[in-house]
Amino acid sequence: MPVVDLAATSRRALNAMLHALPPDTNETHWQVANPEGGHAIAAGLDAPVTVEIRGHVGYYCGGMNKRATIVVDGNAGTGVAENMMSGEIRVKGDASQSAGATGRGGLLVIEGSAAARCGISMKGIDIVVKGSIGPMSAFMAQRGNLVVFGDAGETLGDSIYEARLFVRGAVKSLGADCVEKAMGAEERGLLAGLLQRAGLYGAASPDEFRLYGSARRLYHFHVDNADAY
Amino acid sequence: MDPMPPAAHTRPRFSATFDPYTISEIQRAAATGIYDIRGGGSKRRLPHFDDLLFLGASISRYPLEGYRERCGTDVVLGTRFAKTPIRLRIPVTIAGMSFGALSAQAKEALGRGATAAGTSTTTGDGGMTREERGHSKTLVYQVLPSRYGMNPDDLRAADAVEIVVGQGAKPGGGGMLLGQKISARVAEMRDLPEGIDQRSACRHPDWTGPDDLEIKIEEIREITDWEKPIYVKVGASRPYYDTALAVKAGADVVVLDGMQGGTAATQEIFIEHVGLPILASIRPAVQALQDLGMHRKVQLVVSGGIRNGADVAKALALGADAVAIGTAALIALGDNDPRLEAEYEKLGTTAGAYDDWHEGRDPAGITTQDPALAARLDPVKAGRRLANYLAVLTLEAQTIARACGKSHLHNLEPEDLVALTIEAAAMARVPLAGTDWIPGRSSF
Repeated sequence: MPVVDLAATSRRALNAMLHALPPDTNETHWQVANPEGGHAIAAGLDAPVTVEIRGHVGYYCGGMNKRATIVVDGNAGTGVAENMMSGEIRVKGDASQSAGATGRGGLLVIEGSAAARCGISMKGIDIVVKGSIGPMSAFMAQRGNLVVFGDAGETLGDSIYEARLFVRGAVKSLGADCVEKAMGAEERGLLAGLLQRAGLYGAASPDEFRLYGSARRLYHFHVDNADAY
Repeated sequence: MDPMPPAAHTRPRFSATFDPYTISEIQRAAATGIYDIRGGGSKRRLPHFDDLLFLGASISRYPLEGYRERCGTDVVLGTRFAKTPIRLRIPVTIAGMSFGALSAQAKEALGRGATAAGTSTTTGDGGMTREERGHSKTLVYQVLPSRYGMNPDDLRAADAVEIVVGQGAKPGGGGMLLGQKISARVAEMRDLPEGIDQRSACRHPDWTGPDDLEIKIEEIREITDWEKPIYVKVGASRPYYDTALAVKAGADVVVLDGMQGGTAATQEIFIEHVGLPILASIRPAVQALQDLGMHRKVQLVVSGGIRNGADVAKALALGADAVAIGTAALIALGDNDPRLEAEYEKLGTTAGAYDDWHEGRDPAGITTQDPALAARLDPVKAGRRLANYLAVLTLEAQTIARACGKSHLHNLEPEDLVALTIEAAAMARVPLAGTDWIPGRSSF
């Protein structure tokens, strides 16, 4: 298993090595030591490999990830898994703001809590947060699913489109056009599947969560909604 | 009673404040309850390149022979950090315009025309289409706040990346694409429901401020293995500080868009009342580059109201490395063609004034997603028209440069210019014609 020590090897060299991996590489498991909060570590990967990062990472870890599995054994800075396309990113600690921003696919699991704007403009990614999330999360969320075991901050789901938000704890307030929706069998099944994928099946029952989504009142401009814009 | 003799009547007098257009807008607002939305840039009269003149050669300056002595036009963009800078034959590029705002045929035509002329075209707020990539030798990929269609494959398939902070028509504003233009293909590319009124964010979702921008640029460089030039585009509002901050954040190229620069759709009140004209913006941006020792190292591309080769030459003389055109490119493709007058009249407008690009009913097939209307635009012929126009812009700029004794367009300089008005002299920082006076810089 290749081990890359970022105290001795530059981030550029690490990312170049990971980008150069052929699709049929047999070097499928990598370890990164001493990340020291560095930015853009393992960004832009496009190979079915696992990268374990032993420590805290800075901004944009795993940015635009495709196919790779990235595990951060620490905390993650702003924009972890931003615009992820596929694969999986797991943060064992907490994540800063804009976790999973604009993600279009794949699974982001945050075992701690996530700060403000978690899932902002998400476009198909699935995000599971074992702790709580900060304010303005899922702002303009377009597609995908956000699961939160803890609480959600102010204005959850403001101007949301078709994403689904599952929250087990308290929601401080909902944003414009975001409403609570009834959870049917389909949504329960979906949520159970998400918990399974996140390795958290059994940690909570789908029945403990409440579902939030778009009221679709702002899909077409109308002057009588002016106070919501 | 005898009628009053005609001479006793006062003639109808219109208010300068409440002119007929203003009154009609108040009436329209009262009737509909919605602000006016339109495409294009500012339509009001603004200080512009027309307020500047070239001095040309005389006893103290030696001209070059037109048509015989070479006047170079090439430009290299992204020489600061990128492994593969952009090399263009002419310093006139095509500005970012989205698929969604424009038809696929129009995007293809822009690619064809730009490629034939030896320049670049740019994606927009909707991702990269195969038509545009396939027909653009050099394509700049925009990273916008909405991130619609954003993906690493297209990022790597681009020749340069442009992080859009703002645009001249609406500095501080987000995008808008009304439901008429959210076709199935547009909706799929943007991950949105079909037919909704799309509102794009005005701020990037994962960075705030210049320190974050620096890290964002680092990330994009990492994903593209430091190959692509990275541009930062700003709407002209605080050009000195925005340019300085973009340079500090690591930009290879700064793109500065004045308020005459167009948009696919936004509020008329926004277009006309926010931002600066490009004439007022170039010198502060150049000053910022000079103060940082980065002029000609970080390239400056300016846009907003470029119409002819004189505008190109003036922008370059003021210190820009290249210009970008949007509205003029659409006109070259066939927008506002007088031959479509009957159809413009049906839309309640006239050729030359049509700006309801957001409605998707463009008879020229350019600003529409209606398949029947879009099919009217022949991308090959429209691309040829754009290539012709770009050639004329270049020839015109060369004509002026030779008359000023310059063997390359980039040798034009502020000393070749004077201003016709005090305002233009102050903004462009060149003397008022017939004087040595630069308002704000020297005493009269």
